[in-house]
Amino acid sequence: MSQPQDTTATSSGEMSSESPTESTAAANAPSAGASTGRSLLPSNTLLRHLLVLLLCAVVAVVLLESTDQFTNSQLAQLSYYAIAAGGLTVLTGLNGQISLGHGALMAVGAYTTALFLEAEEPLPLPVVLLVAVLLTTLVGALVGVAAARLHGPYLAGATLALAVGLPGLALYFREWLGGEQGLRVRAPRAPEAFDGFIGFVSGNPASNTKWLAYLGAICLLITFFLLANLARSRVGRTWRAVRDQEVAAELAGIDLGAWRVLAFVVSAACAGLGGAVLALVVRLAAPSGFTLVLSLALLTAIVIGGLGSLFGALLGSALLVFLPPFVTDLGADLGLNNTEAAQLAPFVYGVVLVVVMIFAPAGVVGSVRLRWRTWRARRAASAAGRA
Amino acid sequence: MQQFVNVTLTGLISGSVYAAFALALVLIWRSTRIVNFAQGSMAAATSFIALALIQSGWSYWLALVVALVSGFVLGAVVERVVIRPVEGGPELNAVIVTLGLFIAFQALIAIVYGSSFESFPAPFGLRGFSIGDTTIALTPNSLYVLGAVVVTMVGLIALFRFTRVGLAMRASAFGQEVARLLGVRVGRMLTLGWALAAVVGSLSGLLIAGGGLVWPAYMDALIVFGFVAAVLGGLDSPVGAVVGGLSIGLALAYVSAYIDPALVNLAALVILMVVLLVRPGGLFASSTARRA
Amino acid sequence: MTRSSRRLTRILATATVASTLAACGGGDGGSGGGGGGENEASDIGITEDSIKIGAHYPLTGVAAPGYSEIPTGVQAYFDCLNQEGGINGREIEYIYRDDAYNPTNTSAVVNQLVLEDEVFAIMGGLGTPTHSAVLEFLNAEGVPDLFVASGSRLWGENPEDYPYTFGWQTDYESEGKIIGQYIAENFPDARVGLFLQDDDFGEDGERGIREYIDDQIVAAERYVPGNTDVGPQIAALQAAGADFVVGFNVPSYTALSQLVALRLGYQPQWFYSNVGSDPALVGSLLQNFSQGAVSDASLLDGALTTEYLPGVDAPDNAWVQEFQRIWDECGGEGELTNYRIYGMAQAFTTAQALQAAGQNPTRDGLVEAIETAGSEWEGPTFAPFRYSEDSHMGTSGMQVSRITGTTAEEQTPVLVTDLGNAEIEEFDGEQAPPPANAIPDVESVVD
Repeated sequence: MSQPQDTTATSSGEMSSESPTESTAAANAPSAGASTGRSLLPSNTLLRHLLVLLLCAVVAVVLLESTDQFTNSQLAQLSYYAIAAGGLTVLTGLNGQISLGHGALMAVGAYTTALFLEAEEPLPLPVVLLVAVLLTTLVGALVGVAAARLHGPYLAGATLALAVGLPGLALYFREWLGGEQGLRVRAPRAPEAFDGFIGFVSGNPASNTKWLAYLGAICLLITFFLLANLARSRVGRTWRAVRDQEVAAELAGIDLGAWRVLAFVVSAACAGLGGAVLALVVRLAAPSGFTLVLSLALLTAIVIGGLGSLFGALLGSALLVFLPPFVTDLGADLGLNNTEAAQLAPFVYGVVLVVVMIFAPAGVVGSVRLRWRTWRARRAASAAGRA
Repeated sequence: MQQFVNVTLTGLISGSVYAAFALALVLIWRSTRIVNFAQGSMAAATSFIALALIQSGWSYWLALVVALVSGFVLGAVVERVVIRPVEGGPELNAVIVTLGLFIAFQALIAIVYGSSFESFPAPFGLRGFSIGDTTIALTPNSLYVLGAVVVTMVGLIALFRFTRVGLAMRASAFGQEVARLLGVRVGRMLTLGWALAAVVGSLSGLLIAGGGLVWPAYMDALIVFGFVAAVLGGLDSPVGAVVGGLSIGLALAYVSAYIDPALVNLAALVILMVVLLVRPGGLFASSTARRA
Repeated sequence: MTRSSRRLTRILATATVASTLAACGGGDGGSGGGGGGENEASDIGITEDSIKIGAHYPLTGVAAPGYSEIPTGVQAYFDCLNQEGGINGREIEYIYRDDAYNPTNTSAVVNQLVLEDEVFAIMGGLGTPTHSAVLEFLNAEGVPDLFVASGSRLWGENPEDYPYTFGWQTDYESEGKIIGQYIAENFPDARVGLFLQDDDFGEDGERGIREYIDDQIVAAERYVPGNTDVGPQIAALQAAGADFVVGFNVPSYTALSQLVALRLGYQPQWFYSNVGSDPALVGSLLQNFSQGAVSDASLLDGALTTEYLPGVDAPDNAWVQEFQRIWDECGGEGELTNYRIYGMAQAFTTAQALQAAGQNPTRDGLVEAIETAGSEWEGPTFAPFRYSEDSHMGTSGMQVSRITGTTAEEQTPVLVTDLGNAEIEEFDGEQAPPPANAIPDVESVVD
């Protein structure tokens, strides 16, 4: 599936989930733009993704150093939503399973992080994050085994129950998990090298907010890099087959159940890392942070952004982070009092969801890509006509 | 013993309201193959209309009728305006639209009505009946709630089984093309399905509100447990919705009383998982449910 | 209040300040103005003519009903204060943001308040889980974190860990102790059942109460906020034979527990902790049920409660009358409620703190001012605050009252105590009358 034309889309760090007919149409349309794209980027997928990763890392540093502290903190927020949304878009977009319960999986990651950092001499942060991911993966495997048998609304119902049910454990084991007020997280201080790095790059002060934003960005880049490679590999192709051609895939000897479980496990791992980063950024793991609202927010993010696309997941997460303060401030500028302005934010969010689904059913990325393809095909056709 | 009886009765009453809500979800599922997450805030909206009328001096029953009628209109308008464009598209898009409506409606209620607790009057007494010198947790109002749910369920079953409209609605949901060939006006049937569902949803909203407190988000718990009940019963079956609702209500009351109220939601998860692992299409699954 | 009218207020306020300053020209040193020099932009969030204060509250979602009224009270108080010239000629600019009672959002909006809005201090942040998410951040950034709106001990117990954070209301443990002692003395034979919210509120309250009547308690039932079906809990209390129920719950659950008790024909003596006992609110909630099932607020009649602040149930109290005036003059829509009084009372203490921090306050100066002088401030609370270098706990005591209709009759004098083994003592002071216009006049203790 790695047609040269796809490189333009892939350079933004996404994986495409186009149907075969669309990609063939695009592949058949020779285009000058695409061939220059190929000459710039290597054709080996891994190498190409590595290059993109490097590019994104540079962009991230530039972004974090050219914006103020508050934007830094918003970007940290963006990173944990996007990490979890990236996993969810693999599950829902590539493999076709809906989940309304990823917020609960994030809670597992967050609580694990909080517990491990509570120790007198906590393990190094990367190890803690890894443990959080592993534990969430385990829980995800359990849920995935159950989920593999379910379809459509039944899967939605089961995962919904997961989202509201799991946080109850934190109340039940209140001695250990802190009950309603949760566990406070002692985020480790930035290493000295970080101060040096920031001083070297921009001369900005290396605040704790900045450190957390970098931490989030690093986790996000690693996650998206791994997911992009996975989606491009045989695994990704099999997932798409399981989604689109259930019967054919089964006939071809693919164990549908096992592949569905694998998709759930991968997305759970991402949710675990997202939860861990959330715990570090928010400095708290409490049940009220992992309500159904979180799970639903993740789902809306990936669909609005464009299902199956990592870039879409990033865009959707950005909407979650930036839209509410934008609307609230707009409301205040329009003369509403703080309460009215705050009430406006969820209203606008709800309306945006409805409007996007009606006018751009493929999400932002999907719709833009569709437009782009049609335009290119039309141009190619007219060029061919002239020749 | 008295405690057991009272806990059981409490569970039955809340279970019957979950059942009513589940019935509304089943109705929409049968007519359009969409799970309507906006059901809860649509019901809350009509309850607040009723509350406004009652507070300005109307009788409960008149307000009830107005609320149900506005539910009917709201359901029809929502289907026509925002659901129609996404019908037949990806399944998930309809889910997101209903989620968007859910959030928007709830916010709208808060904007229009403010965020405060209001008490919602009950049409019948709230004191439990006495047997000898012990009082049991059964009130005239809870009899009304139970009765209303049973009547609704029987009405819906009758509608689908014995009337042409009901048959046409089922046909439109299962095979639009075939239904169209047979002369069923599919579009109208879909709208009717949503409108009827919104009426049932509004009713459940009013039932749970009566003799209790309402605020813009008061239906949130009902959405979760109503949905769980509907899935538990098998989304296609009205009887399943009622059985699912009552069993969830009872089970949660027992867990809350005898184990720990913190585990109520977890219990819902466990029950649902166990049932779905044995029967992936719910308790009353028909053969077509699994394909959905 | 719209932007344009706020601007108008600002112009008016500046005019008033000018005339006030002119009047004070050769006078007595003014209200708390240290040094008598020029106003300077002495710290982040302070300009020559404004002080920026931020807050986080649940304005949307499940916790919004009730709590979302608090900031409207704060706003009304500050608007009236600004009309009278503000603090040392500085108008208070109050920004409150919505966290929907979700710690993740609290973290985001407090970041915005501190990093983008650049407030001088945070005030009245509401909720234990929510506010504990920003506790470390505010203290690391050195932002004064005044008067957290929750009775958790977290805010004041360890000033060395959280030097910028201050509690305000009576902590739940002290309240539990006072309730426990009252029951031990007045109802020694009662079989006590506890109805507890499943968080630190219920937990601390239970700890306090058990110090006095551990052997009298026959059952402790918890409810999870959000689950409105408390039938099983009340049925369990009834089954345990409790004839005296102490509720550490929020007002909506007072109404719910009363309705369930009515259904069950359960009639113990009720004792609702301060948070849950808002008789005006609960009364009006219960009042509206028709068909004679609940005819008026009679359900709550005879229930006991504790108070540390006068409420709308005491319309004759001079403070309540002042707050009523402020609400009428500067408030928005709706009635004066206990939530709004709570907000105004916190705003009053904030004004005291700002005055005490001198003409050109700094963040550290504000903290120092509260530690030095805070325990002497007189205000609407019945008992003084415990502020010192060793404790950032808020007011230390309350009185027990009995609800009759929509008013409350006091049963005990004001009792003061502290965490742990501290004795319960009678407070010998009187509540001071409100100063003119309910604007404090506190000497600067900094510079």
